[in-house]
Amino acid sequence: MEASDPVNSKLSRRRFIKGVIASGAAATSTGLWYSANGQTRPAGAVERMIRINVNGQLRNVDVAPQETLASTLRYKLGLTGTKLGCNRGECGACTVLVDDIPTYACSVLTHSMKSKSIETVEGLEAPNGDLHPVQQAFVEELSPQCGYCTPGQIMAAVGLLRTNSNPTREEARQGLAGNLCRCGSYDSYLDGVMRAAQIG
Amino acid sequence: MAYMHIGKDFVPPDVPGKVTGKIKYAEDYTREGMVYARLLTSPLPHARVVNIDATEALAMEGVFGILTADDVYPDGESNSTGLKILTNQPTILGEPILALAAIDEKTAETAIGKISVTFERLPFVLDPLDSLAEGGSDAYDGGNTFVFREGFKSEKWTQDQVASFRAGNEPTAEPQQTVAYGDLEAAFGESAYIYESTFTTAGYPHQSMEPRSAMAYWEDGKLYLHGTSQSLTGLANDMAGIVGVPKEDFVFINVATGGGFGQRARANSIPSMAIPAKLSQKINRPVMMRITREEEFTIGGARQGFQGWVKVGFKADGTMAGCDLYIVSDNGGKGGGADAYSAADCISVLYQTDAVRFRGTSIGSNTGHRGAQRGPGQNQIAPIISPILDKAADELGIDRLELRKLNAAQTGDVGGPRRIPFTSAYMPEALTMAADRFNWADRQSRRRQRNGSKVIGLGIGQGYHNAGRSGMDGIVMMGVDGRLRIHNGVGNLGTYSYASTSRAAAEALKMPWESCDVINGRTDNNLPITSPQDGSNSTFTNTRTMWGAAQDMLAKMKEIAATDLGGEAADYDVSDERVHQIADATVGMTYAQVAQRAMELGGKYTGEAELPEELHEFTAISVSRLAGSGFMGVFHDSNHEGNPPGFTVTCTEIELDTETGKYEILDMISIGECGTVLHPQGLKNQLVGGAVWGIGLSGYERHLYDPQNGLPASTGYWQSKVPTYLDTPSKIQTGWVDLPDPENPVGVRGIGEPAMGAVSAALTAAISDALDGHIFNAAPITADMIINHVAGVDSEAVPLAQNNFRG
Repeated sequence: MEASDPVNSKLSRRRFIKGVIASGAAATSTGLWYSANGQTRPAGAVERMIRINVNGQLRNVDVAPQETLASTLRYKLGLTGTKLGCNRGECGACTVLVDDIPTYACSVLTHSMKSKSIETVEGLEAPNGDLHPVQQAFVEELSPQCGYCTPGQIMAAVGLLRTNSNPTREEARQGLAGNLCRCGSYDSYLDGVMRAAQIG
Repeated sequence: MAYMHIGKDFVPPDVPGKVTGKIKYAEDYTREGMVYARLLTSPLPHARVVNIDATEALAMEGVFGILTADDVYPDGESNSTGLKILTNQPTILGEPILALAAIDEKTAETAIGKISVTFERLPFVLDPLDSLAEGGSDAYDGGNTFVFREGFKSEKWTQDQVASFRAGNEPTAEPQQTVAYGDLEAAFGESAYIYESTFTTAGYPHQSMEPRSAMAYWEDGKLYLHGTSQSLTGLANDMAGIVGVPKEDFVFINVATGGGFGQRARANSIPSMAIPAKLSQKINRPVMMRITREEEFTIGGARQGFQGWVKVGFKADGTMAGCDLYIVSDNGGKGGGADAYSAADCISVLYQTDAVRFRGTSIGSNTGHRGAQRGPGQNQIAPIISPILDKAADELGIDRLELRKLNAAQTGDVGGPRRIPFTSAYMPEALTMAADRFNWADRQSRRRQRNGSKVIGLGIGQGYHNAGRSGMDGIVMMGVDGRLRIHNGVGNLGTYSYASTSRAAAEALKMPWESCDVINGRTDNNLPITSPQDGSNSTFTNTRTMWGAAQDMLAKMKEIAATDLGGEAADYDVSDERVHQIADATVGMTYAQVAQRAMELGGKYTGEAELPEELHEFTAISVSRLAGSGFMGVFHDSNHEGNPPGFTVTCTEIELDTETGKYEILDMISIGECGTVLHPQGLKNQLVGGAVWGIGLSGYERHLYDPQNGLPASTGYWQSKVPTYLDTPSKIQTGWVDLPDPENPVGVRGIGEPAMGAVSAALTAAISDALDGHIFNAAPITADMIINHVAGVDSEAVPLAQNNFRG
């Protein structure tokens, strides 16, 4: 086996990223992702204390300029129900409601949320422990399989039902189309949405 | 048989946590003092690490240390295939070289940027046939294939042999493996119709939704590892060895797993979890290692692709007389599995072929790590073989359904090159049920019906996987409160089998489900060993162990009752959480009272004596910790006879648009033949989930690599491409045969993998049907392939291309 010239890893890492972009793959968001997850304020970065409305509560939080809502929810507010499957706007596992609109939390900056109302899966359950109709329906239909995409599916379904309380199955299919399920539980999720519409 | 729990729906205990977001996956945990690990990965598809200089990084504030291959393999890396924890000999672009721990991930990333790694660039190869050709590059140091007990070898064909294969001819090179039964020459001699062609199936990543993040810490000499796994104790048992910690000092915590599909079944397919474990040990801090989607693509595994040749002969009556199969399987960058052999086994089982010859050669490529993925082998061959059956049926003037019924496996038949008898088999019943519920006969008038550019295609397909093992253990405990604690080591990957198999114990003791607790989630809950949860085996395997443990407890209950209340143990039965005399039900004891007596008696009743000698070491540790703490039932399941099959049948109707190459699945039904139904909702989920996977296999999913630099171009969901709501029918009908298997105490067998194969077979057959019987000999069949065919452009840029576009 022939050896070639030594390769410097730092140079080739840059080449790698460029190559991935050039080859048609989505640009990696790794830089954003990790810079947003700093546990201490990184040198040179400026965080701003802002107030955001999450599940009806005003929360004060230090937010870096480039921090995504998903990072804030998971790593600063401890709301780990919001999942990160891809962190690049493909899978929908991080779907939350922003002013009732299903939104990929990995793809919006927390700084843009200052005047918005954010709802996560943790905010659906009633104080007395009663499940939201969508949650209840998903239990009854055994909609989840592995469950990792389930919070995102639920938030997309809640968003759909707020704008269309009695959807057809096809409308539900279109409404949840931004959420992937690798287990392939689409049929059972749609059964859940239709049952939730009946429960009201 | 009337069951109390078997065949009934229930709410598995983890479901509320899944809908509220409260259930925790590995990355959701934190630990005081936790620091963060990031990976430096190979920027090259094949290289050797010459030097690592981390001086500048280690001097940074907030950096705690690095872990290299030299740390984890002080005696050097083993000279074998298989994923390593870290490596100095990367054969995949993106393979982890070292890990660095820092106060936060940004600091870790910054520090990694300051590490200088000098690589020696080595030649790489993406297509196994390019490697096989004389002069082609080898994927590994020392060759392009790994032979058991012999090591790495460089397998080469002549350029002409490779070119002839790519041109569509039977390979002439000597294969690495040949397995055969029956008289193949005679079979083809008596065949009225013979089909022969090369074919290819694509490799593609598992893409589990949860990246394989892990967090570890050490406390009082014990390692606590929060990880992801589809086999809780089956994986933990081996993971202890990979990390290098005694089993009794290893606590694996895995309450929920965000998908597995084969690549989280065994410890050697997910050695990356050892990185935070070893790094934590080195720096004496809890370490969280979050894995990105891109990293998950690289180390998360992929299906083996096939480059094959098949020849199938049918007698005039439609009997499949012979099948000759030659497969070059893509072992990727770290070695693969036995998918190709399983493909031949599947044909033999499903079609009861008189004679089969399998020839196989496994060749590496510098692409993703290959390993078991849902129906490894059985499901790759399903979409290849099904259109061939249809072609034969049409040529011989036999209905496609009837041809399948004619060849269907039944109880008393044998299957596979090893000619193993089935524990039971009801494929004719499954075919009939699917056809009847789909109105297969009536729909034939719609076959190839045209409406403008759109045309109707009908397809029927079958799936198979062997679906059951033995040799595992079961533990049940009862406290003085009379509650049944079912210790179940099955992983929680979304099949709910950890809970549904537990119901076999409740069934044996006629215990209300509300009085049962499933003990699971972490190994310090003292769990029994289970089989790795692959091969659709959990349902069959673990109902046997759960039932057995409960039967042990039942026998002990009757002994205690007879001792205290008189008579023989055989004079007693159980009902309503009491053990009582059969002749006079008023004479008896509550379960709580029996458990209290068991505690007083001790010995074998509390796991302190007379244990099964064959208990696995892992189970023995759990039993020793539980001993004396409650009334115990414990069981070792020695063996079973025969092959418990999982079968499925799918019928589908599609409308294919010849202008766009796209198709709409108008209707689909999948029928499971998996013995007695254990958990209807769970079975339905496996059938519809398998259907989505089958749609992906037939139409969408594939690896794509840049041939110039070896860069992966399908790291994400949309490139690889995982089916969405809009690629799948909004409703998939399901059903099941529901006939008991005699080798299982509650009659059940597994289903997860064949659920995919039948759909892929049916869908590919339907596409072929819509195109007047054209056979693509490929999976996936993409829209551009369909358009090219309709346009009369069937030629491929590189025939049988692997890890790239086919056309």
